[in-house]
Amino acid sequence: MGKFESSRQGKSLFAPEAAASIRLLVLAVASVVLMTLDHREQHLEVVRNALSTLLYPVQMVAQAPFEIADWVSSSFESRSALLDENQRLREKQLFINAQLQKLTALEAENRRLRALLESTINVSAERVLIAEILTVDFDPYRHQVLLNRGTLHGARVGQPLIDERGIIGQIAHANLMTSTAVLITDPSHALPVQINRNGIRSLAVGTGRLNELELPNIPNNGDVRIGDLVITSGLGGRFPRGYPVARVTRVEFDPGRPFARIFAQPTANLDRIREVLLILDDIPDPARPPRTDAGEDSAAPPRAAPAIVAPVTPAQTAPAPAAAPAPAAPPAPAPAPSAAATAKPRQHKPAAGHTR
Amino acid sequence: MTAEPAHGRLIMWLSFVLALLFGQLHLPEWLDRFRPDWVALVLVYWSLALPQRCSVGTGWVLGLIQDAAQGTLLGQHALGLALIAYLTVRFHQRIRVFPLWQQALSILLFLLLDQLLVIWINGMIGYPPTDFWYLAPPLGGMLTWPLLFIVMRDLRLRYQIS
Repeated sequence: MGKFESSRQGKSLFAPEAAASIRLLVLAVASVVLMTLDHREQHLEVVRNALSTLLYPVQMVAQAPFEIADWVSSSFESRSALLDENQRLREKQLFINAQLQKLTALEAENRRLRALLESTINVSAERVLIAEILTVDFDPYRHQVLLNRGTLHGARVGQPLIDERGIIGQIAHANLMTSTAVLITDPSHALPVQINRNGIRSLAVGTGRLNELELPNIPNNGDVRIGDLVITSGLGGRFPRGYPVARVTRVEFDPGRPFARIFAQPTANLDRIREVLLILDDIPDPARPPRTDAGEDSAAPPRAAPAIVAPVTPAQTAPAPAAAPAPAAPPAPAPAPSAAATAKPRQHKPAAGHTR
Repeated sequence: MTAEPAHGRLIMWLSFVLALLFGQLHLPEWLDRFRPDWVALVLVYWSLALPQRCSVGTGWVLGLIQDAAQGTLLGQHALGLALIAYLTVRFHQRIRVFPLWQQALSILLFLLLDQLLVIWINGMIGYPPTDFWYLAPPLGGMLTWPLLFIVMRDLRLRYQIS
């Protein structure tokens, strides 16, 4: 094809081809540089935010049919059904309020007792922000969702997402009007957890399947049974302590391996959620000194970004187990989490102190 | 021959916005698996019809937007779409004279290349594919191509974009 080029007259016909190969080379190099920067550093958040803001109208239009369908179905709901629902919700609220009263008393008591014990663990209420998950599809290999809350509403990178059943994920990119959250089942995500029954610590690592998390680094003689509740341990400083994460569904002991293979199912219905709660910063308790958990800089103002990221990064996770306060000396071996961490490539994770 | 270029550009970018929208629309899972890369298809159409005006640069910029929309690494789709645009521009004279089904086959090849590139990068950063479903979107793209080609050609002729 090339040898005919010179004999032809129409310059405009061949100009694009010649220019295209040079441009392709330049742009390919640019893409690789961009990908590396985006992957290794988080310098490109500004670009991503700008592009996402551009995309906001498109996403709103993509969302529109579902909003309309919702509106139609709710406006044609019969009066009696609405009354029924109203009644049910009223009863539920009464019940929850009654429980809440007890909780307030328990919280106060817990705080007093902890103060007596001089424990550093802080029990505080968290402020929350309700966000809705937009029905917008992402890359099918990533477990990400789009939320209708952005930096304008107070969403920031690293904020945990929960619903009434447990932890869902955390915000990875906060744009102006929307934000992108990574679910806990994303293959690049891991969060520090412990078994509720006996306090064994581990990580809950995403497997890429919406109904399964893996708990690595629990030794073969670790006391983990099917049905055990897995809760957040609060280490790492990003997820608050004590929220349910998953329930153990499968425990495989293989004598040939140093660790048991333990799988758990997230307690939240990750594929069915519509509304989530974004946990804003903890409200600092005026009655208590600033907390001195590992990873938290006690000199930092209470609204400072958490110092340790929850998703594992080889460099950042390594010191975590060592620095963690281990009041009960759980049997989880110290070097293990970092070993798993190095096996996990880092990707798209909010970096420490990256919140703007 | 050339109408006012600004007018054509508007139609072109509108079609890209529509393609982005189709890529983001929530679909049931079985359909989602075959969802073609609409942006890539529309890009191939324009660089086939107007290689002087829609080429590698357009593909790259679209890819960046696509990356932000899909939540992938910035540059991942940009690389793939730039490559697709390059190949289309490089072979546009041949592909133009193909019958539709043969065009669809070449599109399949382009889309597969793009998909493999994206999957490869995904694999490098810790998202290895777990099954062979990643071959489905290019197939969907191949099946969509004849329809898209006819619609887009009518649109182009109607607005006399050249």
